[in-house]
Amino acid sequence: MNTLITSLARLLIFPGLLFAVPAAWFFLWVERKAVARMQGRIGPPFMQPFFDFIKLLGKTTPPRNGVAGLLMRAWPLIAVSSAAGAVGLLPVLPASGGFQGDLILLLALLELPSMCIIAAGFSSRSIFGEIGSAREAVLSVSYNIVFLLAILSIAASQHTFSLSELATLPSSPLRWLGVLALLVCLPAKLHLNPFSLPNAEQEIYSGPMTEYAGPELAMWELSHGLEWVAATGLVATLMAPAVAAGWLAILIFIVISFAIVLLLSVVASATARLQIDTTVRFYWQCTLIFAVLAVAAALFVRFKA
Amino acid sequence: MNLWKKLMCYSRSHSPWLFHMNSGSCNGCDIEIIAALSPRYDAEQLGVRLEGSPRHADILCVTGPVTHNAAAAIRTVYGQVCGPKAVVAIGSCPATTNVFIDSRTLDGPLDRHIPVDVFVPGCPPRPDAIILGVAKAAEILAARGNKLPEESVMVPIGESGCCAGSCNCENANKAAASEVQQ
Repeated sequence: MNTLITSLARLLIFPGLLFAVPAAWFFLWVERKAVARMQGRIGPPFMQPFFDFIKLLGKTTPPRNGVAGLLMRAWPLIAVSSAAGAVGLLPVLPASGGFQGDLILLLALLELPSMCIIAAGFSSRSIFGEIGSAREAVLSVSYNIVFLLAILSIAASQHTFSLSELATLPSSPLRWLGVLALLVCLPAKLHLNPFSLPNAEQEIYSGPMTEYAGPELAMWELSHGLEWVAATGLVATLMAPAVAAGWLAILIFIVISFAIVLLLSVVASATARLQIDTTVRFYWQCTLIFAVLAVAAALFVRFKA
Repeated sequence: MNLWKKLMCYSRSHSPWLFHMNSGSCNGCDIEIIAALSPRYDAEQLGVRLEGSPRHADILCVTGPVTHNAAAAIRTVYGQVCGPKAVVAIGSCPATTNVFIDSRTLDGPLDRHIPVDVFVPGCPPRPDAIILGVAKAAEILAARGNKLPEESVMVPIGESGCCAGSCNCENANKAAASEVQQ
């Protein structure tokens, strides 16, 4: 009974929906503001993503019939709920529960939104949506190898698949290598420059989102924001030092997440979009070697110990 | 319920997303729309975002005198924009067909095809005039909701090269109105 209440609290209050939704809007604002400041502009007001969300809720959607219409309405909801679930799993508070293998569940939930984006683009039957989805699929095959190998090297070096144990164990040099590899994958996961291929608006308009409107688009924006919170939060929990006090843990989590968002936005505004083959080559040729080396080193260290 | 309506009205006026459509324009006004989003004018302060898809947009910005080829496309795109929506005619061309008047290749002006909310006259209009027009359209959109426009508004700055507040608005208004009547 107690664990049920704890897990509900984690899913709904902190770090779940009640915290994650405002945090998602805040991170979306930080991204836009950072890009604007880097370009010498003032940028959008603080509440902008919130206003965008409310406005989109009040717009009409074109009539959608049949199974394709049903699917088009379902994908954004699945994406939002899985991203929210991923945020709820983050071990921000010390001793907040968790189970062996929740790292794997977190990775699956983090991957689900991009699967939904791929499916959404294809079910919208728009040519731009299909190109965007194909690009997203290629991109996700490229960065996910590195992303999963990085997580694997961290888990192997610390000998656990439990997030709360990972958060409390003292960090090793290998973990920092893994965190670095995760940071390299984040721009592709969040569709940021230089890997913003699926939503390259100068080439394919809005990519998979081209046919979406109104509340559905609002859900996509929200799921994108929640992905921000979950992905930066995952890196933040791996980087954060273990502290006993709850409020300090929350503070450190928020500060590190904010710093990562700022870093990614600055990189995004300072770079141009790469071509799809360059991107694939970057992940398969340059980054993959280091990820494999990290996993090999982690396994080696474990067998030696 | 009332609070929700107020919030929705406020959000609509503070988050205008644009879709830019060229209906045979000479590219002069199109450059000025981009200039309005550039660091010097920075329309994003008002929440403006230039969207790639008409499905995402609230405000349709049309430039150009509406050629025969573009007329059907304009009606299609206007239908693709989801309500509540507003239309801003940017430049003198969509308002009057400008110097191309009586051309046999034209099917203009714009309000023969779709209801227009705001006219921003000028050849081309200044970026601050475009931003003012978009802001006015966002206000109209927020107040009106899903209904169709009753009458269109004129944004009277641009050709004279002055900014909002620094010029005699009444004279500019008259000049703009006479331009439309020509």
